[in-house]
Amino acid sequence: MDGGSRKPYETDGYAVMNLLEMNGIKKAFGGLSVLEDISISVSEGEVVAIIGPSGSGKSTLLRCATLLETIDSGDISYLGKAAARTEGNGVVYAEPAELKQIRGYFGLVFQSFNLFPHFSVLKNLIDAPIKVQKREKAEAVEEAMALLRKMGIEDKKDAYPCQLSGGQQQRVAIARALALKPKILFFDEPTSALDPELTGEVLKVIRRLAEERMTMVIVTHEMGFARAVADRVVFMDGGHIIEQGDPKEIIDNPRHERTRAFLRKLER
Amino acid sequence: MTLQTMLTTLASGMLKSIMIYALTLLGSLPLGMLVAFGRMSKCAPLRLIIKFYISVMRGTPLMLQLMVVFFGPYYLFKLNLGSDYRFMAVIIGFVINYAAYFAEIYRGGIESIPVGQREAAQVLGYSRASAFLRVILPQVIKRIIPAVTNEMITLVKDTSLAFAISYSEMFTMAKKIASSQATLLPFVVAGVFYYIFNFAVAYGMERLEKRLSYYR
Repeated sequence: MDGGSRKPYETDGYAVMNLLEMNGIKKAFGGLSVLEDISISVSEGEVVAIIGPSGSGKSTLLRCATLLETIDSGDISYLGKAAARTEGNGVVYAEPAELKQIRGYFGLVFQSFNLFPHFSVLKNLIDAPIKVQKREKAEAVEEAMALLRKMGIEDKKDAYPCQLSGGQQQRVAIARALALKPKILFFDEPTSALDPELTGEVLKVIRRLAEERMTMVIVTHEMGFARAVADRVVFMDGGHIIEQGDPKEIIDNPRHERTRAFLRKLER
Repeated sequence: MTLQTMLTTLASGMLKSIMIYALTLLGSLPLGMLVAFGRMSKCAPLRLIIKFYISVMRGTPLMLQLMVVFFGPYYLFKLNLGSDYRFMAVIIGFVINYAAYFAEIYRGGIESIPVGQREAAQVLGYSRASAFLRVILPQVIKRIIPAVTNEMITLVKDTSLAFAISYSEMFTMAKKIASSQATLLPFVVAGVFYYIFNFAVAYGMERLEKRLSYYR
Protein backbone atom coordinates (compact mmCIF):
# COMPACT_ATOMS: atom_id res chain seq x y z
CA MET A 1 0.00 0.00 0.00
CA ASP A 2 1.03 3.57 -0.46
CA GLY A 3 1.94 4.86 2.98
CA GLY A 4 2.98 8.27 1.73
CA SER A 5 -0.56 9.40 1.02
CA ARG A 6 -1.67 8.98 4.62
CA LYS A 7 -1.87 11.98 6.82
CA PRO A 8 -1.36 11.98 10.56
CA TYR A 9 -4.59 11.89 12.51
CA GLU A 10 -6.60 15.03 12.26
CA THR A 11 -9.31 15.68 14.78
CA ASP A 12 -12.09 18.14 14.37
CA GLY A 13 -12.09 21.02 16.76
CA TYR A 14 -9.48 20.33 19.40
CA ALA A 15 -5.73 20.21 19.08
CA VAL A 16 -4.06 16.87 18.51
CA MET A 17 -1.82 15.89 21.34
CA ASN A 18 1.44 14.52 20.07
CA LEU A 19 2.16 11.02 21.23
CA LEU A 20 5.84 11.80 21.48
CA GLU A 21 7.38 15.19 21.79
CA MET A 22 11.12 15.78 22.03
CA ASN A 23 12.41 19.32 22.18
CA GLY A 24 15.94 20.70 22.15
CA ILE A 25 17.55 17.35 22.90
CA LYS A 26 21.28 17.50 23.50
CA LYS A 27 23.44 14.52 24.30
CA ALA A 28 27.20 14.14 24.49
CA PHE A 29 29.32 11.13 25.38
CA GLY A 30 32.40 12.37 27.16
CA GLY A 31 33.30 15.45 25.16
CA LEU A 32 31.76 14.12 21.96
CA SER A 33 28.47 15.73 21.07
CA VAL A 34 26.11 13.20 19.49
CA LEU A 35 22.80 15.04 19.47
CA GLU A 36 22.81 18.79 18.96
CA ASP A 37 19.49 20.42 19.65
CA ILE A 38 17.15 17.85 18.13
CA SER A 39 13.42 18.43 18.14
CA ILE A 40 10.96 15.91 16.82
CA SER A 41 7.36 15.02 17.45
CA VAL A 42 5.28 12.04 16.46
CA SER A 43 1.51 12.04 16.33
CA GLU A 44 -0.80 9.10 16.72
CA GLY A 45 -0.92 6.70 13.80
CA GLU A 46 2.16 8.18 12.21
CA VAL A 47 5.03 6.11 10.84
CA VAL A 48 8.34 7.93 10.93
CA ALA A 49 11.51 6.58 9.37
CA ILE A 50 14.82 7.99 10.54
CA ILE A 51 17.65 7.63 8.05
CA GLY A 52 21.23 8.86 7.96
CA PRO A 53 24.84 7.73 7.96
CA SER A 54 26.17 5.73 10.90
CA GLY A 55 27.31 7.96 13.71
CA SER A 56 24.67 10.53 12.82
CA GLY A 57 22.91 10.06 16.17
CA LYS A 58 19.84 8.09 15.00
CA SER A 59 20.24 5.27 17.48
CA THR A 60 21.18 7.64 20.28
CA LEU A 61 18.00 9.61 19.62
CA LEU A 62 16.00 6.40 19.94
CA ARG A 63 17.84 5.42 23.11
CA CYS A 64 17.11 8.84 24.60
CA ALA A 65 13.44 8.57 23.63
CA THR A 66 13.19 5.14 25.27
CA LEU A 67 14.97 6.39 28.39
CA LEU A 68 17.93 4.05 27.96
CA GLU A 69 20.19 7.11 27.83
CA THR A 70 19.74 10.24 29.88
CA ILE A 71 19.71 13.49 27.96
CA ASP A 72 21.96 16.45 28.81
CA SER A 73 19.38 19.03 27.92
CA GLY A 74 15.88 19.25 26.46
CA ASP A 75 12.39 17.92 27.12
CA ILE A 76 10.78 14.55 26.42
CA SER A 77 7.09 13.93 26.86
CA TYR A 78 4.65 11.19 25.95
CA LEU A 79 0.95 12.06 25.61
CA GLY A 80 1.70 15.40 27.26
CA LYS A 81 3.27 13.72 30.29
CA ALA A 82 6.81 14.94 30.89
CA ALA A 83 9.37 12.15 31.16
CA ALA A 84 12.27 14.60 31.27
CA ARG A 85 12.47 18.35 31.25
CA THR A 86 15.15 20.98 31.51
CA GLU A 87 15.09 22.99 34.69
CA GLY A 88 17.75 25.63 35.13
CA ASN A 89 21.03 24.00 34.17
CA GLY A 90 19.99 20.40 34.49
CA VAL A 91 17.53 17.82 33.30
CA VAL A 92 14.94 16.51 35.73
CA TYR A 93 13.41 13.10 35.07
CA ALA A 94 9.95 12.24 36.32
CA GLU A 95 9.34 10.32 39.54
CA PRO A 96 9.88 6.54 39.32
CA ALA A 97 6.15 5.77 39.47
CA GLU A 98 5.46 8.21 36.67
CA LEU A 99 8.39 6.89 34.61
CA LYS A 100 7.02 3.40 35.02
CA GLN A 101 3.72 4.54 33.57
CA ILE A 102 5.47 6.37 30.73
CA ARG A 103 7.56 3.28 29.94
CA GLY A 104 4.26 1.50 29.36
CA TYR A 105 3.51 3.87 26.48
CA PHE A 106 6.35 2.74 24.28
CA GLY A 107 8.06 -0.42 23.11
CA LEU A 108 11.45 -0.91 21.53
CA VAL A 109 12.70 -3.49 19.07
CA PHE A 110 16.47 -3.84 19.15
CA GLN A 111 18.86 -4.48 16.33
CA SER A 112 20.16 -7.55 18.16
CA PHE A 113 16.71 -8.78 19.29
CA ASN A 114 17.69 -9.18 22.96
CA LEU A 115 15.21 -11.95 23.57
CA PHE A 116 15.55 -13.67 26.93
CA PRO A 117 17.39 -16.89 26.03
CA HIS A 118 16.25 -18.83 29.10
CA PHE A 119 12.56 -18.23 28.35
CA SER A 120 10.59 -20.04 25.70
CA VAL A 121 9.06 -17.94 22.93
CA LEU A 122 5.70 -17.86 24.70
CA LYS A 123 7.27 -16.97 28.04
CA ASN A 124 9.19 -14.15 26.38
CA LEU A 125 5.82 -12.74 25.37
CA ILE A 126 3.83 -13.26 28.56
CA ASP A 127 6.36 -12.65 31.31
CA ALA A 128 6.27 -8.85 31.27
CA PRO A 129 2.47 -8.62 30.84
CA ILE A 130 2.04 -10.90 33.87
CA LYS A 131 4.88 -9.64 36.07
CA VAL A 132 4.95 -5.98 35.11
CA GLN A 133 1.38 -5.24 34.09
CA LYS A 134 -0.13 -7.79 36.51
CA ARG A 135 -2.43 -9.23 33.89
CA GLU A 136 -4.16 -12.59 34.16
CA LYS A 137 -2.06 -15.43 32.81
CA ALA A 138 -4.82 -16.94 30.67
CA GLU A 139 -5.51 -13.60 29.06
CA ALA A 140 -1.80 -12.94 28.47
CA VAL A 141 -1.36 -16.35 26.87
CA GLU A 142 -4.36 -15.85 24.62
CA GLU A 143 -3.10 -12.49 23.42
CA ALA A 144 0.43 -13.78 23.01
CA MET A 145 -0.81 -16.63 20.83
CA ALA A 146 -2.75 -14.18 18.68
CA LEU A 147 0.41 -12.12 18.23
CA LEU A 148 2.47 -15.18 17.34
CA ARG A 149 -0.15 -16.15 14.77
CA LYS A 150 0.05 -12.68 13.32
CA MET A 151 3.83 -13.01 13.12
CA GLY A 152 3.43 -16.42 11.47
CA ILE A 153 5.35 -18.27 14.18
CA GLU A 154 2.68 -19.78 16.42
CA ASP A 155 4.24 -23.21 15.94
CA LYS A 156 7.37 -21.88 17.66
CA LYS A 157 5.73 -21.00 20.94
CA ASP A 158 7.60 -23.68 22.91
CA ALA A 159 10.92 -23.18 21.15
CA TYR A 160 13.81 -21.31 22.72
CA PRO A 161 15.29 -18.27 21.00
CA CYS A 162 18.52 -20.11 20.18
CA GLN A 163 16.51 -22.55 18.06
CA LEU A 164 15.12 -19.82 15.82
CA SER A 165 16.50 -18.03 12.78
CA GLY A 166 17.34 -14.36 13.09
CA GLY A 167 14.21 -13.36 11.25
CA GLN A 168 12.06 -15.49 13.55
CA GLN A 169 13.81 -14.08 16.61
CA GLN A 170 13.15 -10.54 15.47
CA ARG A 171 9.48 -11.35 14.89
CA VAL A 172 9.29 -12.75 18.42
CA ALA A 173 10.92 -9.54 19.66
CA ILE A 174 8.31 -7.46 17.85
CA ALA A 175 5.54 -9.63 19.33
CA ARG A 176 7.10 -9.27 22.78
CA ALA A 177 7.04 -5.49 22.47
CA LEU A 178 3.45 -5.53 21.20
CA ALA A 179 2.31 -7.82 24.02
CA LEU A 180 2.54 -4.85 26.38
CA LYS A 181 0.18 -2.87 24.12
CA PRO A 182 2.40 0.15 23.61
CA LYS A 183 1.05 3.29 22.01
CA ILE A 184 4.24 3.78 20.05
CA LEU A 185 6.83 1.30 18.90
CA PHE A 186 10.46 2.16 18.21
CA PHE A 187 12.66 0.07 15.93
CA ASP A 188 16.44 0.41 16.08
CA GLU A 189 17.71 -0.91 12.76
CA PRO A 190 15.49 -4.00 13.05
CA THR A 191 16.95 -5.77 10.02
CA SER A 192 20.62 -4.80 10.25
CA ALA A 193 21.60 -8.02 12.01
CA LEU A 194 19.75 -10.19 9.48
CA ASP A 195 20.77 -11.94 6.29
CA PRO A 196 19.18 -10.32 3.24
CA GLU A 197 16.79 -13.22 2.71
CA LEU A 198 15.48 -12.88 6.27
CA THR A 199 15.07 -9.12 6.10
CA GLY A 200 11.93 -9.39 3.99
CA GLU A 201 9.93 -11.39 6.52
CA VAL A 202 10.59 -8.81 9.23
CA LEU A 203 9.83 -5.85 6.99
CA LYS A 204 6.58 -7.53 5.97
CA VAL A 205 5.50 -7.69 9.60
CA ILE A 206 6.35 -4.03 10.19
CA ARG A 207 4.54 -3.04 7.02
CA ARG A 208 1.47 -4.82 8.25
CA LEU A 209 1.63 -2.93 11.54
CA ALA A 210 1.83 0.30 9.53
CA GLU A 211 -1.32 -0.68 7.68
CA GLU A 212 -3.02 -1.13 11.04
CA ARG A 213 -1.93 2.40 11.92
CA MET A 214 0.45 1.43 14.68
CA THR A 215 2.49 4.50 15.59
CA MET A 216 6.11 3.69 14.82
CA VAL A 217 9.51 5.31 14.67
CA ILE A 218 11.92 3.24 12.64
CA VAL A 219 15.64 3.77 12.32
CA THR A 220 16.52 1.99 9.12
CA HIS A 221 18.90 1.71 6.20
CA GLU A 222 16.24 0.17 3.97
CA MET A 223 15.41 3.12 1.73
CA GLY A 224 12.86 1.29 -0.38
CA PHE A 225 11.03 0.23 2.76
CA ALA A 226 11.15 3.70 4.28
CA ARG A 227 9.85 5.18 1.06
CA ALA A 228 6.96 2.73 0.84
CA VAL A 229 5.88 2.54 4.47
CA ALA A 230 6.72 5.79 6.22
CA ASP A 231 4.49 8.86 6.41
CA ARG A 232 7.52 10.98 7.08
CA VAL A 233 11.24 10.52 6.63
CA VAL A 234 13.73 12.26 8.86
CA PHE A 235 17.29 12.57 7.62
CA MET A 236 19.91 12.99 10.32
CA ASP A 237 23.59 13.79 10.02
CA GLY A 238 26.16 14.88 12.57
CA GLY A 239 23.66 15.08 15.41
CA HIS A 240 21.27 17.34 13.49
CA ILE A 241 18.04 16.80 11.63
CA ILE A 242 19.01 18.00 8.17
CA GLU A 243 15.61 17.68 6.57
CA GLN A 244 12.34 15.86 6.99
CA GLY A 245 9.13 15.43 5.10
CA ASP A 246 7.31 13.27 2.63
CA PRO A 247 9.35 10.11 1.93
CA LYS A 248 9.21 10.49 -1.84
CA GLU A 249 10.29 14.11 -1.65
CA ILE A 250 13.21 13.32 0.61
CA ILE A 251 14.39 10.12 -1.01
CA ASP A 252 13.74 10.89 -4.66
CA ASN A 253 14.28 14.59 -4.55
CA PRO A 254 16.45 15.64 -1.59
CA ARG A 255 17.01 19.34 -1.18
CA HIS A 256 20.15 19.23 0.91
CA GLU A 257 23.55 18.34 -0.36
CA ARG A 258 24.25 16.08 2.63
CA THR A 259 21.09 14.09 2.00
CA ARG A 260 22.01 13.73 -1.64
CA ALA A 261 25.53 12.63 -0.76
CA PHE A 262 24.19 10.05 1.66
CA LEU A 263 21.64 8.62 -0.77
CA ARG A 264 24.23 8.53 -3.56
CA LYS A 265 26.52 6.45 -1.37
CA LEU A 266 23.72 3.95 -0.76
CA GLU A 267 23.07 3.53 -4.45
CA ARG A 268 26.59 2.50 -5.20
CA MET B 1 41.86 -49.83 69.02
CA THR B 2 39.60 -51.98 66.94
CA LEU B 3 38.86 -51.14 63.36
CA GLN B 4 35.29 -50.49 64.34
CA THR B 5 36.08 -47.86 66.98
CA MET B 6 38.49 -46.27 64.54
CA LEU B 7 35.79 -46.05 61.91
CA THR B 8 33.22 -44.78 64.40
CA THR B 9 35.61 -42.04 65.50
CA LEU B 10 36.36 -41.13 61.90
CA ALA B 11 32.66 -41.18 61.08
CA SER B 12 31.95 -38.56 63.74
CA GLY B 13 34.71 -36.49 62.16
CA MET B 14 33.12 -36.93 58.74
CA LEU B 15 29.85 -35.64 60.07
CA LYS B 16 31.60 -32.53 61.32
CA SER B 17 33.37 -32.07 57.97
CA ILE B 18 30.02 -32.30 56.22
CA MET B 19 28.61 -29.76 58.68
CA ILE B 20 31.42 -27.32 57.91
CA TYR B 21 30.87 -27.88 54.22
CA ALA B 22 27.12 -27.34 54.28
CA LEU B 23 27.17 -24.31 56.57
CA THR B 24 30.00 -22.71 54.60
CA LEU B 25 28.04 -22.99 51.37
CA LEU B 26 24.85 -21.85 53.07
CA GLY B 27 26.61 -18.71 54.27
CA SER B 28 29.08 -17.94 51.51
CA LEU B 29 26.91 -18.46 48.41
CA PRO B 30 24.47 -15.66 49.38
CA LEU B 31 27.10 -13.51 51.12
CA GLY B 32 29.20 -13.69 47.96
CA MET B 33 26.32 -12.07 46.05
CA LEU B 34 26.25 -9.16 48.50
CA VAL B 35 30.02 -8.82 48.22
CA ALA B 36 29.75 -8.87 44.42
CA PHE B 37 27.18 -6.06 44.55
CA GLY B 38 29.52 -4.08 46.79
CA ARG B 39 32.39 -4.74 44.41
CA MET B 40 30.30 -3.36 41.51
CA SER B 41 28.76 -0.53 43.53
CA LYS B 42 28.63 3.01 42.20
CA CYS B 43 29.90 4.18 45.60
CA ALA B 44 33.69 4.35 45.25
CA PRO B 45 34.64 3.99 48.96
CA LEU B 46 32.48 0.86 49.31
CA ARG B 47 33.98 -0.56 46.14
CA LEU B 48 37.49 0.04 47.48
CA ILE B 49 36.75 -1.53 50.85
CA ILE B 50 35.31 -4.62 49.17
CA LYS B 51 38.24 -4.79 46.79
CA PHE B 52 40.63 -4.71 49.75
CA TYR B 53 38.61 -7.38 51.57
CA ILE B 54 38.69 -9.66 48.55
CA SER B 55 42.41 -9.17 48.06
CA VAL B 56 43.12 -10.04 51.71
CA MET B 57 40.88 -13.12 51.60
CA ARG B 58 42.49 -14.37 48.42
CA GLY B 59 46.00 -13.22 49.28
CA THR B 60 46.52 -14.89 52.65
CA PRO B 61 46.31 -18.55 53.66
CA LEU B 62 42.89 -19.74 54.78
CA MET B 63 44.62 -21.52 57.66
CA LEU B 64 45.97 -18.19 58.90
CA GLN B 65 42.53 -16.59 58.52
CA LEU B 66 41.01 -19.33 60.66
CA MET B 67 43.60 -18.66 63.34
CA VAL B 68 42.91 -14.92 63.26
CA VAL B 69 39.17 -15.47 63.55
CA PHE B 70 39.63 -17.94 66.42
CA PHE B 71 42.39 -16.29 68.45
CA GLY B 72 41.85 -12.68 67.35
CA PRO B 73 38.94 -11.81 69.66
CA TYR B 74 40.94 -12.89 72.68
CA TYR B 75 44.31 -11.41 71.78
CA LEU B 76 42.95 -8.18 70.38
CA PHE B 77 39.97 -7.48 72.64
CA LYS B 78 40.45 -9.87 75.55
CA LEU B 79 37.12 -11.43 74.69
CA ASN B 80 36.42 -14.88 76.03
CA LEU B 81 33.92 -16.44 73.73
CA GLY B 82 33.60 -19.84 75.36
CA SER B 83 34.13 -23.34 74.07
CA ASP B 84 31.44 -23.22 71.39
CA TYR B 85 33.35 -20.51 69.64
CA ARG B 86 35.79 -22.95 68.07
CA PHE B 87 33.15 -24.27 65.71
CA MET B 88 31.77 -20.76 65.15
CA ALA B 89 35.26 -19.57 64.24
CA VAL B 90 35.64 -22.36 61.69
CA ILE B 91 32.36 -21.43 60.01
CA ILE B 92 33.00 -17.66 60.09
CA GLY B 93 36.50 -18.15 58.68
CA PHE B 94 35.32 -20.38 55.86
CA VAL B 95 32.29 -18.26 55.01
CA ILE B 96 34.16 -14.96 54.71
CA ASN B 97 36.93 -16.62 52.73
CA TYR B 98 34.68 -18.42 50.26
CA ALA B 99 32.34 -15.44 49.92
CA ALA B 100 35.28 -13.52 48.46
CA TYR B 101 35.92 -16.18 45.83
CA PHE B 102 32.23 -16.58 45.00
CA ALA B 103 31.86 -12.80 44.74
CA GLU B 104 34.45 -12.64 42.00
CA ILE B 105 32.80 -15.52 40.17
CA TYR B 106 29.41 -13.80 40.41
CA ARG B 107 30.86 -10.52 39.23
CA GLY B 108 32.46 -12.19 36.22
CA GLY B 109 29.14 -13.88 35.46
CA ILE B 110 27.05 -10.74 35.82
CA GLU B 111 29.41 -8.68 33.70
CA SER B 112 29.41 -11.34 30.99
CA ILE B 113 25.67 -10.96 30.35
CA PRO B 114 25.15 -8.70 27.32
CA VAL B 115 23.96 -5.24 28.36
CA GLY B 116 21.08 -5.63 25.89
CA GLN B 117 19.42 -8.07 28.27
CA ARG B 118 19.16 -5.45 30.98
CA GLU B 119 18.07 -2.83 28.47
CA ALA B 120 15.36 -5.07 27.07
CA ALA B 121 14.09 -5.74 30.60
CA GLN B 122 14.14 -2.03 31.40
CA VAL B 123 12.16 -1.10 28.29
CA LEU B 124 9.67 -3.86 29.06
CA GLY B 125 9.08 -2.18 32.40
CA TYR B 126 10.78 -4.60 34.80
CA SER B 127 12.02 -2.96 37.98
CA ARG B 128 15.75 -3.18 38.57
CA ALA B 129 15.25 -5.92 41.14
CA SER B 130 12.96 -8.07 39.03
CA ALA B 131 15.13 -7.55 35.93
CA PHE B 132 18.01 -8.95 37.95
CA LEU B 133 16.08 -11.83 39.48
CA ARG B 134 14.08 -12.89 36.41
CA VAL B 135 16.37 -12.04 33.51
CA ILE B 136 19.98 -11.67 34.62
CA LEU B 137 20.46 -14.08 37.53
CA PRO B 138 19.18 -17.25 35.80
CA GLN B 139 21.62 -16.67 32.96
CA VAL B 140 24.43 -15.90 35.40
CA ILE B 141 23.83 -19.15 37.28
CA LYS B 142 24.11 -21.17 34.10
CA ARG B 143 27.36 -19.47 33.14
CA ILE B 144 29.10 -19.74 36.49
CA ILE B 145 28.33 -23.37 37.28
CA PRO B 146 31.73 -24.71 36.13
CA ALA B 147 33.59 -22.10 38.20
CA VAL B 148 31.36 -22.63 41.24
CA THR B 149 31.83 -26.40 40.95
CA ASN B 150 35.58 -25.86 41.15
CA GLU B 151 35.21 -23.91 44.37
CA MET B 152 32.81 -26.44 45.83
CA ILE B 153 35.29 -29.22 45.18
CA THR B 154 38.15 -27.24 46.67
CA LEU B 155 36.01 -26.55 49.72
CA VAL B 156 35.56 -30.28 50.40
CA LYS B 157 39.32 -30.61 50.75
CA ASP B 158 39.72 -27.27 52.50
CA THR B 159 37.49 -28.41 55.37
CA SER B 160 40.58 -30.28 56.60
CA LEU B 161 42.20 -26.92 57.34
CA ALA B 162 39.99 -26.67 60.41
CA PHE B 163 42.69 -28.77 62.09
CA ALA B 164 44.67 -25.50 62.37
CA ILE B 165 42.44 -24.53 65.30
CA SER B 166 42.06 -28.11 66.50
CA TYR B 167 38.45 -28.51 65.48
CA SER B 168 37.75 -32.23 65.47
CA GLU B 169 36.68 -32.65 61.86
CA MET B 170 37.57 -35.69 59.82
CA PHE B 171 41.20 -34.95 59.07
CA THR B 172 42.05 -33.84 62.60
CA MET B 173 40.68 -37.15 63.89
CA ALA B 174 42.58 -39.13 61.27
CA LYS B 175 45.84 -37.50 62.28
CA LYS B 176 45.21 -38.16 65.98
CA ILE B 177 44.47 -41.84 65.42
CA ALA B 178 47.37 -42.24 63.01
CA SER B 179 49.92 -40.92 65.49
CA SER B 180 48.51 -42.70 68.54
CA GLN B 181 48.03 -46.07 66.85
CA ALA B 182 51.02 -45.87 64.49
CA THR B 183 48.98 -46.74 61.42
CA LEU B 184 48.35 -45.06 58.08
CA LEU B 185 44.92 -46.62 57.70
CA PRO B 186 43.02 -43.50 58.88
CA PHE B 187 44.63 -41.50 56.08
CA VAL B 188 43.49 -44.08 53.56
CA VAL B 189 39.96 -43.86 54.95
CA ALA B 190 40.20 -40.04 54.87
CA GLY B 191 41.34 -40.07 51.26
CA VAL B 192 38.51 -42.36 50.22
CA PHE B 193 36.03 -40.18 52.12
CA TYR B 194 37.13 -36.95 50.41
CA TYR B 195 37.10 -38.62 47.02
CA ILE B 196 33.58 -40.00 47.40
CA PHE B 197 32.37 -36.69 48.81
CA ASN B 198 33.75 -34.84 45.79
CA PHE B 199 32.45 -37.42 43.41
CA ALA B 200 28.96 -36.74 44.74
CA VAL B 201 29.44 -32.96 44.53
CA ALA B 202 30.70 -33.17 40.94
CA TYR B 203 27.86 -35.49 39.99
CA GLY B 204 25.23 -33.17 41.45
CA MET B 205 26.66 -30.15 39.72
CA GLU B 206 26.89 -31.99 36.43
CA ARG B 207 23.19 -32.83 36.72
CA LEU B 208 22.41 -29.19 37.37
CA GLU B 209 24.50 -28.14 34.38
CA LYS B 210 22.63 -30.60 32.17
CA ARG B 211 19.29 -29.34 33.42
CA LEU B 212 20.23 -25.84 32.38
CA SER B 213 21.56 -26.85 28.99
CA TYR B 214 18.19 -26.42 27.27
CA TYR B 215 19.29 -23.02 26.00
CA ARG B 216 22.46 -21.35 24.89
